[in-house]
Amino acid sequence: MSSFRLPQGGLIDRSRSLAFRFDGVGFSGHPGDTLASALLASDVHLVGRSFKYHRPRGILAAGVEETNALVSVGDEPRVDTNSRATSVELYEGLTARSLHGWPSLSLDVGALAGALSGLLVAGFYYKTFMWPRRLWQRVYEPLIRRMAGPGEAPRGPDPDRYDKTHVHCDVLVVGGGPAGLAAARASASGGARVVLVDEQPEFGGQLLGSGAPIGGQPFTLWVQSVLAELRALPEVTLLPRTTLFGYYDHNFLCAVERRNKVVRERLWHFRARHVVLAAGAHERPLVFGGNDVPGVMLAGAVLKYARRYGVAAGRRVLVFANNDAGYAQAAALARSGVGIAAIVDPRREAGAQALRLAEDAEIRTISGSVIGDAIGRARVSGARVVPMEGGPATELECDLIAMSGGYSPVVHLFSQAQGKLQWDESKLCFLPGRPAQAVRCAGAANGCFGLAAALVEGHEAGARAARDAGFAPDSRLTVPIAKDDLPYRIQALWQVPSQLRKRKAFVDLEGDVTAEDVALAAREGFRSVEHFKRYTTTGMSSDQGKTSNLNGLALLSAATARTIPETGTTTFRAPYTPISYGALAGRDLGDFLDPIRVTPIHSWHEAQDAVFENVGQWKRPWFYRSTRGESMHQAVQREAKAVRSALGVVDASTLGKIDIQGRDAAQFLDRIYTNTFSSLGIGRARYGLMCREDGMVFDDGVTTRLGEQHFWMTTTTGGAARVLDWLEEWLQTEWIDLEVYCTSITEQWATVAVSGPKARELMARIAPEMPLDPDSFPFLSMREARVAGIDANVFRISFTGELAYEINVQSHHGLALWQAIMDAGARLGITAYGTEAIHLLRAEKGFIIVGQETDGTVAPHDLGLSRMVAKSKDFLGKRSLERGDTRREDRKQLVGLLPADPNEVLPEGAQITVEAVPLPARLGSAPIPMVGHVSSSYFSPNLGRSFALALVKAGRSRLGSTIHVPLEGRAAQARIVHPVFLDPEGARQRG
Amino acid sequence: MLLIRCPWCGPRDETEFRNGGPAHIVRPREPTTTDEAAWGEYLFIRDNPKGWFRERWVHAAGCRRWFNALRHTVSHEIEATYRVDETPPEPPV
Repeated sequence: MSSFRLPQGGLIDRSRSLAFRFDGVGFSGHPGDTLASALLASDVHLVGRSFKYHRPRGILAAGVEETNALVSVGDEPRVDTNSRATSVELYEGLTARSLHGWPSLSLDVGALAGALSGLLVAGFYYKTFMWPRRLWQRVYEPLIRRMAGPGEAPRGPDPDRYDKTHVHCDVLVVGGGPAGLAAARASASGGARVVLVDEQPEFGGQLLGSGAPIGGQPFTLWVQSVLAELRALPEVTLLPRTTLFGYYDHNFLCAVERRNKVVRERLWHFRARHVVLAAGAHERPLVFGGNDVPGVMLAGAVLKYARRYGVAAGRRVLVFANNDAGYAQAAALARSGVGIAAIVDPRREAGAQALRLAEDAEIRTISGSVIGDAIGRARVSGARVVPMEGGPATELECDLIAMSGGYSPVVHLFSQAQGKLQWDESKLCFLPGRPAQAVRCAGAANGCFGLAAALVEGHEAGARAARDAGFAPDSRLTVPIAKDDLPYRIQALWQVPSQLRKRKAFVDLEGDVTAEDVALAAREGFRSVEHFKRYTTTGMSSDQGKTSNLNGLALLSAATARTIPETGTTTFRAPYTPISYGALAGRDLGDFLDPIRVTPIHSWHEAQDAVFENVGQWKRPWFYRSTRGESMHQAVQREAKAVRSALGVVDASTLGKIDIQGRDAAQFLDRIYTNTFSSLGIGRARYGLMCREDGMVFDDGVTTRLGEQHFWMTTTTGGAARVLDWLEEWLQTEWIDLEVYCTSITEQWATVAVSGPKARELMARIAPEMPLDPDSFPFLSMREARVAGIDANVFRISFTGELAYEINVQSHHGLALWQAIMDAGARLGITAYGTEAIHLLRAEKGFIIVGQETDGTVAPHDLGLSRMVAKSKDFLGKRSLERGDTRREDRKQLVGLLPADPNEVLPEGAQITVEAVPLPARLGSAPIPMVGHVSSSYFSPNLGRSFALALVKAGRSRLGSTIHVPLEGRAAQARIVHPVFLDPEGARQRG
Repeated sequence: MLLIRCPWCGPRDETEFRNGGPAHIVRPREPTTTDEAAWGEYLFIRDNPKGWFRERWVHAAGCRRWFNALRHTVSHEIEATYRVDETPPEPPV
C-alpha cells in the first residue's frame, strides 16, 4: 500500500494487487485502477516530456481528454504507442514507457529546446526549416522525428485478432452516465432495440468520479438496478469499453470495443433510427504561468482519483476556480480526506451556496485573485497568488493545483453529424444547436450540468427517441430524484493577464502552444480559426484539443477583437479518440485483403514453377522457370522464341468473356464498337475497338457471332468488369428500348490458346474429326468441335501474330484440356508461356495493349487504327473523333522505335526528346520539350535486337528520324519506325 | 455512409452502390449534326449545385440495376429514389 492511497473508498479491489512497470521501475496497483491512478497512488506525477520544449509533464486528467500522460504500453510486437495512461486499465505485468524522453525521462537532451524556447515560437517549423532545401531530408526531418516522435510503432506484425460487426438498432445511446442510463432505460421500456455504449469499463459516467448519491442511496445501487433492468430485455445490448468514435451520414456510427479476449478489438458499425448523445463534458484547464508543471491537474480529475480510485493526487491541494462547481469539488475532496489549501477565485464573489459549501468544509477562499504562476519545475511546490487588479503576490505552499475552468460539453459527435453548434454566453461553452440527423443530446453533453436535471433530460430524450422510432415507452417509469448541485455560475477567465504572471502559460499542452503563441499568430494575420489551428498546432495533437480548443479559440477571439461565435470553431472530425489500425483492418489482411482469382489450370502453373503476376484480382503466370537458375530474361526469351519457331501454349482463361443475346444484339454492338458487327456472318469473328463518348479508346477484343441474335464478346483481362458495366449502363439508362441481355461468362469457360507454326499439327492430333484447312476453318472464325474428347468452342484468332487456336471448354474441363494439349504437344516442342512473353510477342506485331499503349487520351487514329472506324454508322465516341482537338495533326501517335544500340532496352515510360539531353537537366536550364514517351519496350529473340513501341507527337510524319531518350548521365538514341516489326502482311496468322 | 433505397432491393449501404453523376443528361439524337459547342456541353459540362440534385446510381454490388435519386448535396438527405423510366420527383420546398 503506497502512501498516496486513501485509507478507504474507491471502486478498486483492495484485496488484490497488480504488479506493473513504468520506465523500468516496478510498482503495484489494484484491479479497477488505471495506469494513471496507480502511478499517482505511488506519487509518480512526472510521466512525460512535452512535444516541442521537452518540459516535464504530469497527469492532467482522469479520462480520454488526457493530453500529457501519453505512454507506450506493452512489449514488442504488442505495443500500443500513444496510449493515454488515464484510460489504460491496469493488469498484472503491464509494462509502459513514457514518450518524448531521450535518452531518459529525467535526463532529457531535448530540454535544451526549452532553453532555446524564445526561438521556438508559433510557426517555428515553417519559419526555420525552410532553407536550404537540401538540409530537409538529411538533417531537419530525422532530427525533428527523433525529438518529436510520439512513440515508436511496433516492428513486427500485429499478432492479435480484430473483428467487425454490423448492427441495426432503433435507439443508440452514447454514454453510460446518468443521462445515458436514464435514456437507455426509457427507450428500451417500449421494446425498442437499444444499444448502450460507453468508453469506460464500468457504466456510471460522471457518477464514478463524483460519487453523488441518487434517490438517497449510493449511485452504484441505481446503476446496478438500471443495468439489471436492461440486461433482462432481449433487444438491449450493453457495450462497455466501447468508444463511439465516428458519426457519419444517415445515422451510421462506428465504435471500437476493447475486448482483450480471443478478439482484441471489435469494430462496430451501427445504423440507428435514432441516436441519443449523452457523452458528458470535459473540464477546461485555466491558463496561468507554469500551468504545465507536474502537479497541476483538472479539479474534476483530482476528485475522480479520490472517489473512484481512492487516491489522493496531493496532500495539500490549491483549487483555482472561475466557477461555482470548483467549490463543490473542493468540498467533496475535503470530505474524502484530501487536504485543501484554499480556493483561489478571480471573481469578487462566488454564489452563496458555493460559499456556504466552502465554509462548511472549513476551506479558505481567496476571491478576486488568481494564480499568477505555479512554483516548481518537476513538481508543484506552491503558487504565486495575485489580486486581479495587481499588487503584491502571496506565495502559498501546496503540492497540487486543481483547476476548475468550467465545462465544455462533448459536442464532437453531434458536430461530426453536421449538427450546428450554438454559443452559450452564460455557460461559456458551445452547445448542440440544430441537429442535421435524427439525434438528441442529453445531460452534460447538452450543457445540462446538474445531476437531477440530467436524469430528467436523459429520460425524456430516450423516451422521445423510442417514440420517433415507432415504440411506446412505458409511461409509468419514473425518474429518480437526485439532490441537484449548485447552479452553474461561471465567469470568463480565458487567461491570467500576462502582467500577473512570469512563466509560460500553456493553452495546448500536448502541442506546447502558449498564450503568447496565440497572440503572435493573431498579430501575424492568422485570423481564420482553421489557419490559426494549423499555424500554432493548437488542438492538432493526439488529444485533438479536447481540453485546449476553447481556450485557444477564446484567446484568438480576444486578440482579433471578435466574439467567440464570430471566430467559430474548427471542424470536429472522426475519430473521437485514436483507434488502432488493427480494428480498422479487421480480418481483411493478407490473402483476405482482396479476392484472389485463379483459373482452373492454376495448379499446373504452380507445379511448373510459374512466377505469377497480379492482373486485377487474377493470378496469371508471368513466366515459367524451366530450370532452377533460369532468369526471367532467359525464360521470356525462351518462351517467345518457341512460339515463333514451334509451338506455344498459354492459359487465356482470364480474358473477359461476355455472352450477348437478344433481338437487338447486333445493333447494340454497332453502337458500342467503332466498327460494324451487324454485317458479321454467323461463325465469324472480328477485332473491335470501344471508345468512350469523348472518342478515346476504352477497351478492345474479339467478338464472334454465334447466331443471328447471339454474340460472344471478349475483353481485356483487367477490363472485363468495366466493359460489362459499360454495356449495362447504356442499355439501362440510354437505350432502354433495346432488347439485349449481357451475361458474364468469364469464369464459366476455360480458354487455352495454342500458337505457332505447329499449331495446326497439334490440333490435328487432339481434334482429329475437325476440318482444319484454311478454307474449312479460316482465320477469324469459330467452330464447335470435340477437342481431346471435350466439347469446345474453337476460335481462330491470334494475339501473337502466329497461326493460333483459342480453345474454350467449360471451366471444369480446363485442366484436362490443358493436360491433353501438353501431352500431345510434347513431341512438337510445346512450350508454356506467360504474360511477359505474350506482351513481347504482340509488341513485335505492333498490337496494342489497352492501358499500356493507351491511357485514356488516345483515339483510334492515334494508334493507326482509322480503318476500324466506321464511316456509315453512329457509335459511342464517333462525334468526338470529329472534334477539332481530336483531329489535331500533332497528337501523339503510335510508332515503333529501334534503339541505336541493339542491346539497349529503353525503360518503359521514359520521355522522348528530339535533342540529346542527359539527366538530370542542369538547374536553371530552359525546359526541354517532350515529344512523347516509350509505352512498351523489349529485347526480341526473334528480331535479335531490342525494340519499343512509343507514342510520339506527329510520330507518323517522323518515320525514319532520330529521337532521344534522356537517361541518367546520357541520352539513348533511337530511330522512329513503323510499329509492326514482324510479318507486316499477316501471312503467319492467316496461314 | 448513406443509406440508399434501391427501387428493387430496398435500403442498402452506400458501399453497395456506385455513383453515376448527374441524371437526365440527354444524348444528342443526331450526334453527327450536333455542333461542337453543343457536343462539348453534353460531354463535359456538368451542374454542381448546392442543394437538391438528381443523380444516377447503380446497385453495383447488388442487383446491378441503374436508378436515379434526388439527393441534397449539403445534407445528403435522399428525398426519393426512382426508376429510370419514372417521372422525376420534385424537390421538397
